[in-house]
Amino acid sequence: MATIRFTKDHEWIRVEDDGIGVVGITAHAQERLGDVVFVELPDIGKQVEQGGEIAVVESVKAASDIFAPVAGEVVAANDALTDEPAKVNADPLGEGWFFKLRPRDPAQLEALMDEAAYARFVEELG
Amino acid sequence: MRYLPLTAADRAAMLATIGVASVDELFHDVPVSARLDGPIKALPNHQGELAVERRLREMAERNVPAGSVACFLGAGAYRHHVPASVDYLIQRGEFLTSYTPYQPEITQGTLQYLFEFQTQVAMLTGMEVANASLYDGATACAEAVMMANRVTRRKKAVLSGGLHPHYCAVTETEARFVGFELVEAAPDPEGTEDLAGLVDDATSCVVVQYPSVFGQVHDYTALAQACHAKGALLIVVVTEAVALGLLPSPGSMGADIVAAEGQSLGNALSFGGPYVGLFACRDKFVRQMPGRLCGETVDADGRRGFVLTLSTREQHIRREKATSNICTNSGLCALAFTIHLSLLGESGLGHLARLNHAMAVQLADKIAALPGVSVLNDGFFNEFTVRLPRRARKVVDALTARGVLAGVPVSRLFPQDDRLADLMLVAVTETNTEAQMDALCWALKEVL
Amino acid sequence: MNAMTPPPTSASDDISAVGGPGTVSGHRGLQLEEALIFELDRPGHAGVDLPPVPDVPLRLGGLAPRARIGLPDLSEPEVVRHYTRLSQKNYAIDAGIYPLGSCTMKHNPRLNEKMARLPGFADVHPMQPESTVQGALQLIDALAHWLKTLTGMPAVALSPAAGAQGELCGMMAIRAALDHREGGKTARRRVLVPESAHGTNPATAVACGFTVATIPANDRGRVDLEAFKAKLDGDVAAIMLTNPNTCGLFEPDIVEIAQAVHDVGAFFYCDGANFNAIVGRVRPADLGIDAMHINLHKTFSTPHGGGGPGSGPVVLSEPLAPFAPYPYLVHTADSLRLVESAADPTADGRAFGRLKGFHGQMGMFVRALSYMMSHGADGLYQAASDAVLNANYVMARLRDLLPPTFEGPCMHEALFDDRSLKDTGVETLGIAKALIDEGFHPFTVYFPLVVHGAMLIEPTETESKRSLDRFINSLRGLILRAKAGDTAHFDAAPHFTPRRRLDETQAARKPVLRWKQG
Repeated sequence: MATIRFTKDHEWIRVEDDGIGVVGITAHAQERLGDVVFVELPDIGKQVEQGGEIAVVESVKAASDIFAPVAGEVVAANDALTDEPAKVNADPLGEGWFFKLRPRDPAQLEALMDEAAYARFVEELG
Repeated sequence: MRYLPLTAADRAAMLATIGVASVDELFHDVPVSARLDGPIKALPNHQGELAVERRLREMAERNVPAGSVACFLGAGAYRHHVPASVDYLIQRGEFLTSYTPYQPEITQGTLQYLFEFQTQVAMLTGMEVANASLYDGATACAEAVMMANRVTRRKKAVLSGGLHPHYCAVTETEARFVGFELVEAAPDPEGTEDLAGLVDDATSCVVVQYPSVFGQVHDYTALAQACHAKGALLIVVVTEAVALGLLPSPGSMGADIVAAEGQSLGNALSFGGPYVGLFACRDKFVRQMPGRLCGETVDADGRRGFVLTLSTREQHIRREKATSNICTNSGLCALAFTIHLSLLGESGLGHLARLNHAMAVQLADKIAALPGVSVLNDGFFNEFTVRLPRRARKVVDALTARGVLAGVPVSRLFPQDDRLADLMLVAVTETNTEAQMDALCWALKEVL
Repeated sequence: MNAMTPPPTSASDDISAVGGPGTVSGHRGLQLEEALIFELDRPGHAGVDLPPVPDVPLRLGGLAPRARIGLPDLSEPEVVRHYTRLSQKNYAIDAGIYPLGSCTMKHNPRLNEKMARLPGFADVHPMQPESTVQGALQLIDALAHWLKTLTGMPAVALSPAAGAQGELCGMMAIRAALDHREGGKTARRRVLVPESAHGTNPATAVACGFTVATIPANDRGRVDLEAFKAKLDGDVAAIMLTNPNTCGLFEPDIVEIAQAVHDVGAFFYCDGANFNAIVGRVRPADLGIDAMHINLHKTFSTPHGGGGPGSGPVVLSEPLAPFAPYPYLVHTADSLRLVESAADPTADGRAFGRLKGFHGQMGMFVRALSYMMSHGADGLYQAASDAVLNANYVMARLRDLLPPTFEGPCMHEALFDDRSLKDTGVETLGIAKALIDEGFHPFTVYFPLVVHGAMLIEPTETESKRSLDRFINSLRGLILRAKAGDTAHFDAAPHFTPRRRLDETQAARKPVLRWKQG
């Protein structure tokens, strides 16, 4: 069964059975951004460190960097978002995924928040 | 103090409402050492319109207006006839005295003309999209190079030897501070340079001028292909927008970005500014563009309307990650450009361009017939390079004394290269008369 | 329903949607619908009459002349009517108060326009021999004298095309001076910028090769002096500080800040966007600054023109002056001349380069000088006083309903926010849009970014007390209406404008940036 983890920057990463992590932004994040109008996706093959800037999500009046939840190599990008950025708002944890990453260090995953911890984190933000 | 509506009684009443005894109290955060105790004495006090006008007219009358003599100056600024209704329309207060259209519901006038301007610039340059203008052609050129660097993720630009030296200099300044490399070809008055050989896998772009600063026109199709083969972009600079009414568009030759000066449509010479930078590119690069963009949308009732859009590229949102620090565009100059081009239309622009070209061909032939003088270009629009038997600056000075502004000595643009000292740029527009062209030839004959 | 009717003239006839009676034409009284110029094409017409083209062969170096461009053809009256109609869709300072904070929308005197159009200024080519442009150079010299005297600074670079380019100019001069002083390339990397700064400041610092470190504000809306000092060390190249700041407040510690910056060998860049508050009353030199740009279109009344052209001269301190860009003006025994490049025999090579083509925004210089001469030293002193008085009057008359973000007095602009509307469901944007229906241009919304729901009101000295009272009374009425719970009014505003709220999401998701043949 896939495990899902969350970052303090409101990204999620879900590691599938093949060990590949799917990354997106949380429902809370898309709500705060408002209507997403553009997503800038990383090139496949790009190597990234944990916390490194890897993608950009834009609403009409704001642009936010997306940081890599864990270090690894980009193996896929969700090109459907180029034509339909609204998917990020409609289905942030599903069709609105951004890119897939092959994690370099599984231990980094363990240090991230699980679903309950993230829910508490959001609640504390108010 | 005619610009200040508050009366003494108003001021007293307002101070009472605020609850202070004097305006000085409102400045209490200013360090005492920095507060002036009254108006600066080293400057004159206020004056009426008549007095100001008299003083400024004195200064204006110490200049020789280009229109008062025979003027053949170009080199990036061109004296065209601007229809009277252009200046009338841009002085309407609703255009002149409005701000950047941040509240689109009450600035549809500005937004719609910007949309029309973008469309006209895209059509003229043969590109897919254009922005709402930049400061001028030289800054547009430097911005184009930086955009090419972003698009290609490379840091080396090749500049043609036919590029206006001011455009080179502005790009050099950016290169020094932003940190990218420039390969600058030698000045190319004969139009013989081969830039394709300078393009390699590290090159972000090649910048050429069309027509070149020496007036020469070239087909850049092969150069565009050579650039694309190496993953580089071709940037085409245009300093005389009217030329695009006759010459094939840069887009049709494969240009990726066009950076141009729009002054020659709608805008006065004004000793070099304000002018209007035109900036157009391929659709796929739109999110890497600098400057403002106006886009079409609908309002709450479903009616077509316009807004500033894709503003996440800009400094007020992206701050240190913006595509450029540019904030202002050149709105009113863009409006003048748009109205002039609307008055010309397809048929008028083509006619104007052919008229300019035909007159230039006639003058070039007359000048080439003078003993010891030759014209360097085999193809040009309305400006060409003349080789004189003497230093051009001396000839220009001698002709100025005879009431003819003969041309721009190339040495003023390329002072470091003495081999160019006998060259002069001559530009002709519809504002020149046959009598002026004859006067130029006579005067040249006399001083040579 | 006519929702399917294509533009251009498909004004809705849904009465409830437009808040008034539908019309046959789509126009509504003086609100005239207008198509795009491309949709008015009448091929074969022209708005100009040109002489015939001499019959000579083309000499285009073998290039074939261009085929159709796609531009529309119209007669002159059609073009005049088109742009007149467009103009009528704009609000303007000529029509009423335009209290956009940080924008200084003041009256644009028409004398300035008349002077800029004198043939001796407007019809002068930038490459004319210097002997034929001595009056133009004299005007530039006179403008420089006024700017230097008003700021107390020894030098001014006039070529920057706008405020943002003025910032670049000042920061480039700073880096050039540091490079020169520190053996060719300075090791200093950081520029300190307050978090409340205008976005151009960090963008400019990065464009000059620096990184940005943010200085927090204290709870009084000023630079936190301790936090600032903690960030100050030998790695700092400069501080960029707007004063009066973007909250409309004067930085009381500015002299101490300047001293501390200089003590670590760094420079002080002052953003002069808000110079109108202090012009003629305070000389920035006396505050210890090294460079400051001046937006001629703000403080000195050159028209904003729907977003430009601007002009951004930069005054410079003694250590920075030698690094000012080309071209610059020099006096010779009997004339003025321009030094245009490093090849000039008098140039010492320290100028950092060139920022734009030719010599600067001459047309703006004429207008600004015309304004300065009209006002004079006494008028400018009074203008700054009135600008500050007007802003404080707005603050005083609103404070019971709308508490200011920071305690006053303020300088030339008053900062409020929508905290006090928290439970009403109405936010800053709704108030702004409702003000449009009341016949006013709104204040600046959501800037500075550090204040949630900011409303920044800058009335300028142009407004009479009567004009201010009308604006204030309307704004008070709206706040009361919001507090009374009429959120629907604000959500739907504006109702009476040529267009109602525009869909910015659609514009950004599927950008349509030009007209195309349908």
